[in-house]
Amino acid sequence: MTSLFTQYFRKVPVAFILTFFFFPMMSITLKAQNKPKDETIKINENCLKCHGQSKYKYNNPESGTEVTKRMYLETIINRTEFYESNHKTFKCTDCHSADYDTFPHPGRLRMESKYACIDCHGGDEAYAKFKFEEIETEFQSSVHSTKHSDDFNCWMCHNPHTYKINARSDEKIRDIVAYDNAICLNCHADITKYQMLTDKVNPNILQKHEWLPNQALHFKNVRCIECHARTNDSILVAHNIQPKSKAVRRCVECHSTNSILMASLYKYKVQEGRSKTGFYNGVIMNEGYVIGANRNYYLGLISLIMFGCVAFGIAIHATLRIIKRKK
Amino acid sequence: MSQKIYLYPVWIRLWHALNAILIILLIISGVSMQYTNPANPFIRFDIAVTMHNISGMILTANYMVFLIGTFITPNGKYYKLSLNGLFARLIKQFTYYTFGIFKHERPPFPVTKESKFNPLQQFTYVIAMFILVPIVIITGWALLYPEVVLTKFFLGSGIKVNDFIHVIIGFFVSFFMFVHIYFCTIGATFVSNFKSMINGFHESH
Repeated sequence: MTSLFTQYFRKVPVAFILTFFFFPMMSITLKAQNKPKDETIKINENCLKCHGQSKYKYNNPESGTEVTKRMYLETIINRTEFYESNHKTFKCTDCHSADYDTFPHPGRLRMESKYACIDCHGGDEAYAKFKFEEIETEFQSSVHSTKHSDDFNCWMCHNPHTYKINARSDEKIRDIVAYDNAICLNCHADITKYQMLTDKVNPNILQKHEWLPNQALHFKNVRCIECHARTNDSILVAHNIQPKSKAVRRCVECHSTNSILMASLYKYKVQEGRSKTGFYNGVIMNEGYVIGANRNYYLGLISLIMFGCVAFGIAIHATLRIIKRKK
Repeated sequence: MSQKIYLYPVWIRLWHALNAILIILLIISGVSMQYTNPANPFIRFDIAVTMHNISGMILTANYMVFLIGTFITPNGKYYKLSLNGLFARLIKQFTYYTFGIFKHERPPFPVTKESKFNPLQQFTYVIAMFILVPIVIITGWALLYPEVVLTKFFLGSGIKVNDFIHVIIGFFVSFFMFVHIYFCTIGATFVSNFKSMINGFHESH
């Protein structure tokens, strides 16, 4: 029962050399390229000296005093999270108006239109593998788009100041699940945020999922979108969130060999290292435990052969007993 | 002329009957879960899970009854495996089942009040009841509460290793059951051993 990791190195010894010597060097270089420039950090500090903390100070020329005010929670940018996010190399003014450098900020800037993902990432060869256009189409068909106004945009789930790519990483699946579910719970477990888009009362998620056996285990090991979004073969993370009536409720959708998890949660890992000869579905076997989907090809085969031998042995013995019985 | 010996007290017969029902339910629901197929579910998945969980829990309690009963009643003596000459005795019994039985030879180890099981029976029952069933019970409970299982076992998942052991041992328990039922047809008559487990009396040849 060797792990995929061990199988990989056994099959390809050169992979060992590459992994331990070449790739670390390459990743150091990549990290260096992907680090925000000192100049960018310096420029951003003009904004973050106020927006990077919970309070800010300014001089009131009328009274000649220094005034301390609380920063609105929504406009606080956490430096650590920002400089670890996908947009970490950006200057604030890459997306926001350069006029923000004056204080007080001009009132008209409140009306500033914000970019959507597709505005930068659409039609760009560098981002082609992420298929932003398809994600946009999927999102347009989802309940998030059809049931709400244009106020529901990408930023509702993907905070541009903190979001970092997750599903394509080598992180543990449990960490990916926790990160992604936190995105849903950000609104679905917070009535204030939920009611920004609707007057309805936020349904209690624990009560609504009472029917689900081992609820806590499911919540820790699978993402909300596994059951609530329609999978799409050409994009990695499903964005077509379905109405609750279409949510997956049949256990066997996941708990079977053709588990939908292979096309959703485990998709990236499956693409990275599916092993046909070892385990039937090595990724599930190594990353989690899904009854019905955890099948070992050899175990199934050996058990069938053994069952056959037992049945054959009994049949032969019984036949001989009948033939040789006392007349 | 056949001889009747009272070998199976009421508690053993009740334990055995319940054990048989539970093992059959566990095998059926276990196979259904292991080879579940959305297009053609043998037993609906959620029903199979509940069936397996409840049967497993009752089986655990029933196993405790067996353990306590075996230790506090004379029934325990039948499970005392004497290693001295065991292999020769096993071969002798095996030879009887493979050749002697067809020549209508007398069984080499006839059933008596002191010796309820022949060597092969004793050996397989000890393996089944004191090794296989405890492993399947422990790993079964561990799957019911996976958070208590080692999450990492070397480089793989601890739950996976646990599941493997449960499934493999489960298969062996299934093989045991098939062979056990078949061998019960080898008695004074085809059904006499089955009758014994109802009325308590063993009928010798």
